[in-house]
Amino acid sequence: MSTPTSSTNPLLRAWYDKETRSVIVQIIAAALIISFFAYIINNAVVNLSNIGKDINFGFLWDNASYDINQHLIEYSSTSSHFRAMIVGLINTLLVAVAGIVLATILGFLLGVMRLSNNWLTQKIAYVYIEYIRNVPVLLHILLLHGLIVSSLPRPKGSYNFGDTFFLNNRGFQMPSPDFQSLFLIVGAFIVGGITFAWWFSRHAQKVQDETGKAYPVAIINIAAIVLLPLAVYFVLGSPIEWDVPALKGFNFKGGMVVRPEFIALWLALSFYTAAFIGEIVRAGIVAIDHGQTEAAQALGISNSRVLKLVVIPQALRVIIPPLTSQYLNLAKNSSLALAIGYMDIVATIGGISLNQTGREMECMLIVMAIYLAISLIISSGMNWYNNRMQLVER
Amino acid sequence: MTMTKQTYAPGTHPSLPPPKNTIGFTFWLKENLFSSATNSIVTLVSIYLLYLALPSAINWLFIDATYVGTTRKDCAPDGACLAFIGERFNLFVYGFYPAELRWRVNLATILLAVAGAAVLWDKIPARKHMLKFALAYPFIGAWLLSGGLGLEPVGTHLFGGLMLTLTIGVTGIVGSLPLGILLALGRQSNLPIIKYFCIGFIEFIRGVPLITLLFVASTMLSYFLPPGTTFDLLMRVLIMVTLFASAYMAEVIRGGLQALPKGQLEAAESLGLNYPQAMRFIILPQALKISIPGIVNTFIGLYKDSTLVIVIGLLDPLGIGRASVADSDWLGLSTEVYLFVAVFFFISCFGMARYSLYLENKLNTGHKR
Repeated sequence: MSTPTSSTNPLLRAWYDKETRSVIVQIIAAALIISFFAYIINNAVVNLSNIGKDINFGFLWDNASYDINQHLIEYSSTSSHFRAMIVGLINTLLVAVAGIVLATILGFLLGVMRLSNNWLTQKIAYVYIEYIRNVPVLLHILLLHGLIVSSLPRPKGSYNFGDTFFLNNRGFQMPSPDFQSLFLIVGAFIVGGITFAWWFSRHAQKVQDETGKAYPVAIINIAAIVLLPLAVYFVLGSPIEWDVPALKGFNFKGGMVVRPEFIALWLALSFYTAAFIGEIVRAGIVAIDHGQTEAAQALGISNSRVLKLVVIPQALRVIIPPLTSQYLNLAKNSSLALAIGYMDIVATIGGISLNQTGREMECMLIVMAIYLAISLIISSGMNWYNNRMQLVER
Repeated sequence: MTMTKQTYAPGTHPSLPPPKNTIGFTFWLKENLFSSATNSIVTLVSIYLLYLALPSAINWLFIDATYVGTTRKDCAPDGACLAFIGERFNLFVYGFYPAELRWRVNLATILLAVAGAAVLWDKIPARKHMLKFALAYPFIGAWLLSGGLGLEPVGTHLFGGLMLTLTIGVTGIVGSLPLGILLALGRQSNLPIIKYFCIGFIEFIRGVPLITLLFVASTMLSYFLPPGTTFDLLMRVLIMVTLFASAYMAEVIRGGLQALPKGQLEAAESLGLNYPQAMRFIILPQALKISIPGIVNTFIGLYKDSTLVIVIGLLDPLGIGRASVADSDWLGLSTEVYLFVAVFFFISCFGMARYSLYLENKLNTGHKR
């Protein structure tokens, strides 16, 4: 052969073969990657030993000796760093979950408003979305925190809602429940109601599939979950004692308080993410062919059932994947808590604990691992839901 | 009585005006605001809410506001205190950059505008040369800002304000696009080692918040460098921000790559193009075109995320705002300060979003339905 590719040089010949070439390229890439990591890990080992440090997670059991102002589980300054980490993690999860719930509600509302045939509503939603989306979330957080701390009155001049709820610059004071033992019965009724509702929905679906007979599922389920336990609650003589906050001196005593940092972070994250969700919802609904709605109307289905049975199930399939990434963003953005002093995972183990112990490597590894785990859990949960919704398609 | 009856030949009758009740302002009102009972209620509720919010906000921001003054005491108690903006303006723009060297920042910004115009606007005269200039701009800009080679050096710890945001934003945008393309191609590659390395990198970066990466840059990165090397903090931040944005960019571009039919690559191969040629001439031009909205969104996200550098002590406009809120001369001004910074970010991000829309329309060649 006389083509240049059939060179007698075996190396060159190997290079011209696609299979061999890909092996060569991969070996080179692997060598580069491995030597890069070996190099930086070696550097880290040398650097750490130079300053007499090691990688050791034992510090987690030492005394943390700092306070955390919002703790949902028992915590004091004599607790360990590990406990501080758990408290921080719970705070992160609390604001993330509360944020996701509020952002979803607001976002769907905004998406519907954007598509409304009312000119004014549509424009309000548009202006809101454009303003919120184009300003950094950190700025929203700082602005809201500043507004709460500097514009709300001091405890003495609190906004008073029926002597039970108070809003001031120390936060939102509300009564805390003290559960009596009789409340267990109410709890049992609630659990029983949820189980019944779950069974009843499936049963009603089966009956409807077989016979076409439709039960009023929503009403019966609400009665089972809410009304019956409520009735039991009053029959048993209200077995919850409410600890109502009251002004004593300069501050409120009793009850529980939602701190301004939490309110600012929660609202800012929700408002911010809701703007993105609003656009996603709008795009999802617009993506549904108008013929679908018309076909459903031609079958004589009522407007609300057209939405429920035809438009929303199809729109959800378009909405869920980008919605997942918004949820992930919200969870990750909750780390901005640091800027206003909300004690989340970054502020506890990645902040104060890190500064006290000087163990940057370990603390940052923990924080990153936790965020990776949260991201993984949210995306697998949403993937599961997505797969379920995809089954709607035949 | 004479009836004047005009007759027209078929097709010559002049157009009649539209019926009175289908034109004009009242019709518009009826159609858009009061078309049904629910619609009317929604309109009235919206108007009431606007009535609650707007007049007091306008009063506070414009009518009762104070624009000139040197301390908080010069400001009216019920209005916005905007006097501080004039007092602090230079700080917001230049940070702590030495006053006598600020011409360098101005020059760099003007050159940035020129380079930006060359990239963004294809009707600019002598575009070929201008693009070469735009390629060289990152180096020229870095030289102007940080000095050296005949200019007086300025430490990066003096960078701040708007110029810091622009520095981080432009570096991140310039760096993350090529890196993102490489990562996206790597993720699509059929060489498993490269593919899984790219997947691992992208998923790791996307799984953790930017501030943890910034913490790594500010506290830990020096551990991974050869002993004894010190490395400028701003430089570390720029690298981290670029890596962070490139992971998101890679996912956007992967979406574009996946949207292309496989036939495109097969056709390119059957023409005898090798992998780089096929990518350069066939695949990437189409994939990038589809991804433009996502790419610009990533840019906007990166630009907004540059505010996060305040948690490691760099002072961008938000950081300067936060510091001035704590200033005893201007106590209790957080709302005004943050709104001022918000206006700045809104203008730049909204501008980018509009440009993306314009580009989408311009490049939308023949795929319209």
